[in-house]
Amino acid sequence: MKLSPQRKFKNLLFKFLLTLASVSVLIPLILIFNFLLQKGSMALSLDFFLNEPKPVGELGGGMAHAIVGSLTMVGLSALISVPIGILCGVFLSEYRQGKIAAILKFTIDILTGIPSIVIGIFSYLIFVVTMKSFSAWAGAFALSIIILPIVTRTTEEILKLIPKHVREAGLALGLPKWKVILHIVLKGSKNSLITGVILAISRASGETAPLLFTAFGSMYFSDKLTEPMASLPVQIYNYAISPYDDWQRQAWAGAFTLILICLGLNISARLFFKRKELKKFFVRKS
Amino acid sequence: MVEMVSKDNIENNTSSPLKKRGISYKQQDKIAFMILRGFALAIVLLLGLMIYQLFQASAPAIKEFGFSFIYNDFWNPIEDEFGALPFIYGTLVTSLIAILIAAPVSIAIALFINEYLPKALGNLLGLFVELISAIPSIIFGLWGLYYLAPWVKDSLTPILKSTLGFLPLFSGPSFGIGILTASIILSIMIIPTITSVCREVFKVVPSLQKEAALALGATKFEAIKLAILKPSFSGVMGAVVLGLGRALGETMAVAMVIGNSAEISKSLFGAGATMASVMANEYAEADSEIHLSALCLIGLLLFVVTFFVNFFARSITWKAKMRGKKV
Repeated sequence: MKLSPQRKFKNLLFKFLLTLASVSVLIPLILIFNFLLQKGSMALSLDFFLNEPKPVGELGGGMAHAIVGSLTMVGLSALISVPIGILCGVFLSEYRQGKIAAILKFTIDILTGIPSIVIGIFSYLIFVVTMKSFSAWAGAFALSIIILPIVTRTTEEILKLIPKHVREAGLALGLPKWKVILHIVLKGSKNSLITGVILAISRASGETAPLLFTAFGSMYFSDKLTEPMASLPVQIYNYAISPYDDWQRQAWAGAFTLILICLGLNISARLFFKRKELKKFFVRKS
Repeated sequence: MVEMVSKDNIENNTSSPLKKRGISYKQQDKIAFMILRGFALAIVLLLGLMIYQLFQASAPAIKEFGFSFIYNDFWNPIEDEFGALPFIYGTLVTSLIAILIAAPVSIAIALFINEYLPKALGNLLGLFVELISAIPSIIFGLWGLYYLAPWVKDSLTPILKSTLGFLPLFSGPSFGIGILTASIILSIMIIPTITSVCREVFKVVPSLQKEAALALGATKFEAIKLAILKPSFSGVMGAVVLGLGRALGETMAVAMVIGNSAEISKSLFGAGATMASVMANEYAEADSEIHLSALCLIGLLLFVVTFFVNFFARSITWKAKMRGKKV
């Protein structure tokens, strides 16, 4: 039987539209990269990585303080959230029967969906209001709430991939359950767990909204965690909406650095873990 | 009794430091479980604390404005009069336009990857789509401000005006920065979310029906329409609603390109503000207590809305997946 031309045409049109959509989604990705590469790489210099900002009007200066600030706060938040997140993930995967596991799962789902700005407000209410000052601690706390659900959910999914008989083998050897979890289940999936942690860190290093009124930002190096601290995304934001050409250039350089960090972390996380099951975690807040 | 003693003896033979202190394996496991449960409960409490704090901080605004907060369109920090309608309107409009753009594109990409492309190529395209979600929103904002906004002003606006200019939606001057630009940025940002959920939903649709349709002489388009899109309709809806939840809470990118004016603009070219963007812009500078409280109340509203949207989306996709597994 021959296909009628109409049906043939519809089929072709459909395929064409799908191709068009798939190609068009790559356009913004390429445009953003191209844009940052052009504007950002021009503004990059050694100065940018080594110095703090100069006063308005003077050319030069950099974002070294913001890079250090970002590292500090993201590092702190990882220190808080990675152990807790892994423990919660273990709880969800190894003790999944029971009311508390169900409640925790629900809580983690809610935490994943909360807009980051609302988490920023929460951290503001807890830290900034009581300490009466913007502080790096408040920023790190906000970031840690953001990455906690990511670490928990990756850990849970990874541990669920481990076949049951592995655990039973450990128990049959006479080990207590906690040793089986620690020495067999967790150790065996170390590489995959690192993937989850790197993804979480990549997510935290790009967050701006929760830092705006917690860590607030500053224009020089600060070594006290109880004082406002600059961070790369907030510094980019402040420079981007400023009227000075030199600052805007610096914002592009900062954005170029930031996107290299985020995509670099994301891709390296993929190299650590090649299995497909984790794919859903590469998407933010899904 | 005798049995228990002998069991203890066996356990005591192993030389663990904990064992010497007389903690049996059973007790050790119990302690480990207690610790894990403690952390789990702490996280649940943290969420409770968050809700409580938000409520408490927004209590003055609730007391002062009551329900009129939601339908009042007057936002004036200087005179301490606050109504959130402009922001609710801005959030809804930008999110809806973003969904209108992103949903068809995402569904198309998911179908193209799953049904048309060879596996390796499909995975590569999937990787690129997911990389979009790894880009921080501040970078979308920066790009939107310096690249997309001028493009919207110079290229897109004339086209829209000449074709659809008779609608009030596309009237008035365009400065590039405004609701339309924010919506476009949002749509790009939520494409990865919708695409990845759609791919999962399509994957659990049993392929038997598709093969049957193809065997009966249907074209690929007809087979996909009948045997993939129709049975997975509710799952796709779930994916779209999940994308909506993500669009509602997006802050920085929107704050940078929407223009931040607390007015309801009928035209898409006009400036606006969303619930998230007004918090980002005003929170650090708000000095009166009622202003802070009003912003907190907006945060609370946003929290509640995203909660219900996400919950709704999850229950739809979960049901769809369960149905797919059963068949």
